[in-house]
Amino acid sequence: MKYAYYPGCSLHSTGAEFDVSFKAVSGKLGIELEEVPGWVCCGTSPAHASSHLLATALPIKNLALAEYAQAKEVAVPCAACYSRFKSALYDIDQDEKLKEDVKEVIGSSFQGKVKVLHPLEIFAGLPVAELKDKVKEKPVNTKVVCYYGCLLTRPPKVMQFDNVEYPMTMDQVLENVGYEVLDWSYKTDCCGATFALTETDAVLRLCEKILKDAQEVGANAIAVACPLCHANLDTRQSDINAKYNTQYNIPIYYFTQLMGLAFGFTPKELGVNKHLTEVPV
Amino acid sequence: MSTQTVSSESLQDKRSESALVPDAKFMKQMNDEVKVNVNLCYQCRKCSAGCPMSADMDYTPVQLIHAIRLGLKELVLNSKTMWMCSSCQTCTTRCPQEVDIARIMDAAKIMAIAEGIKPPVSSVHTFNKAALRNIKWFGRMYELGLIGDLKMRTFEFFKDMGLGAKMFFKGKLKIVPSLSPLRTLTTWKIFSRVKKKERSS
Repeated sequence: MKYAYYPGCSLHSTGAEFDVSFKAVSGKLGIELEEVPGWVCCGTSPAHASSHLLATALPIKNLALAEYAQAKEVAVPCAACYSRFKSALYDIDQDEKLKEDVKEVIGSSFQGKVKVLHPLEIFAGLPVAELKDKVKEKPVNTKVVCYYGCLLTRPPKVMQFDNVEYPMTMDQVLENVGYEVLDWSYKTDCCGATFALTETDAVLRLCEKILKDAQEVGANAIAVACPLCHANLDTRQSDINAKYNTQYNIPIYYFTQLMGLAFGFTPKELGVNKHLTEVPV
Repeated sequence: MSTQTVSSESLQDKRSESALVPDAKFMKQMNDEVKVNVNLCYQCRKCSAGCPMSADMDYTPVQLIHAIRLGLKELVLNSKTMWMCSSCQTCTTRCPQEVDIARIMDAAKIMAIAEGIKPPVSSVHTFNKAALRNIKWFGRMYELGLIGDLKMRTFEFFKDMGLGAKMFFKGKLKIVPSLSPLRTLTTWKIFSRVKKKERSS
C-alpha cells in the first residue's frame, strides 16, 4: 500500500514525534509513505479567520501538488490540517464560484480526485489480524482514554469521520494492539486549541477538565491524534497544576506512539523522550 | 450563569453608546458572505450551551446570531465573541437548523477588520497576522520565528519563557527555518493573488 503523505508544519517541529512514530508504525505494517513534493502550510486557523478564499486555496494547492505527483490518496495525520483539507474540498464542491477563484489563485489545475485520509482511517481499515500479528509485547498496566478533540469529527457533514459525539475508531485501533481502553466523557471536547499562545488561561481551564475526567475514570495515559491537543495537554500540565492546585501527571501519547510501543519499538525511536510530562518507566 | 449577567451588563453599556441602531443591510451582507440564512435560527440555544468558550465572550453565540438578525452591525462587529471562538465547531455541529455559526464567527472577524475596527481581544488578531506573515514568507510555519514576531509586537517578552526553553531543549523548536525559494514563491503568489482578487470584488 502506498500513500502520499502531508505532514504539515507541526509534524516537522513541535509534533516531530507524531511524524517519527507514524512513519515507524506504517513501515512495520508495510505502508509506504511518500511526502507530497513542495507542500506548503494549510493556513490553519489564522487563514480561515482572515480570508475564506485563502483558507480554501492553501489546502487545495497542496492537493493539487499531490495530484501532480500521481497520488490517489493523501494521509494527513494533523487533525487541524485534515480538517482544513476536508473543509476546502467540501466548500469548493458546494460553491462553483469559489472553485473557479481557487483555481485562478493556485495557478494550477485541480481535478479533485485525490482522497484525504487520516492515519486512523488507514489503520482501522486494515484487517485486525494484521495489527495483532505485529504486536511484540502486549502492553500491561496502560489504561488509555482516547482523546479525539474537535476537528476529526466536526462538523460531521464535512468530516464524515465516525460518530460525531462518541467516536470509536482510535479506541478500536488501540484495543486491537492490546491496550486496555476506557470509556470517558471528554472524547471530543475542546482543549482551547489555537489559544495556546494567546488566551492561555482558557486553555488551562479546558485542559484541566479533560485531565480531571481522564484521572477520574482511572486512565494513566491519554492518546491523541492532533499536535495542538498534544501541545496543550502535555506542555501545559505543570501550569495547570500550579493554577488549580492539582497533581496531574498523565503522559499524553500520540496514538501512533502507543501502537509503536506495542510493536516493540523503543520509546526513544518513537520520540517519547520529547514529551514534557514525564512518562513513568 | 455568570455569562448571562456579564452579557446583560455589556448590553447596557453598548445601549448607552447607541450601538443598537439597526443596519438594514447587515443581515443580508452576512447571509451572502457565509451562504446561510441566519433567520433559520429559532433560538434553541444549543450552540451556546455547548460552547466551551462562552464564559469568555461578551455575548453568547445565540445572542450574537440574534443581534445579526436585528441588524445590529456595530454591536456585532465590536463584540469580543468571535475573537474568543476557538473554532471547535460544536455550535455548527449541533444547530438543528444547520446555521453554520462557526463560519459566521470567522465572517464577523473578517468584516470587523475590513471596517477598521480594533479587535477587543487584540492578542488573537496579532497572532493571526503574525502567523500569516510567517506562512507567506517561509511557505511553512516557522514556529520560533512566529513566537519571536509575536513577542516583538505584544511586548510580552517573558510570557511562557520557561516553557519555550523546555520545548527548545526537548528539540521541539527548530532554530533555523527550513527554507526553499520555490515554496516561498508558491505561498507568496497565492497570498498576492488572493489579496488582488479580494480588492477587486
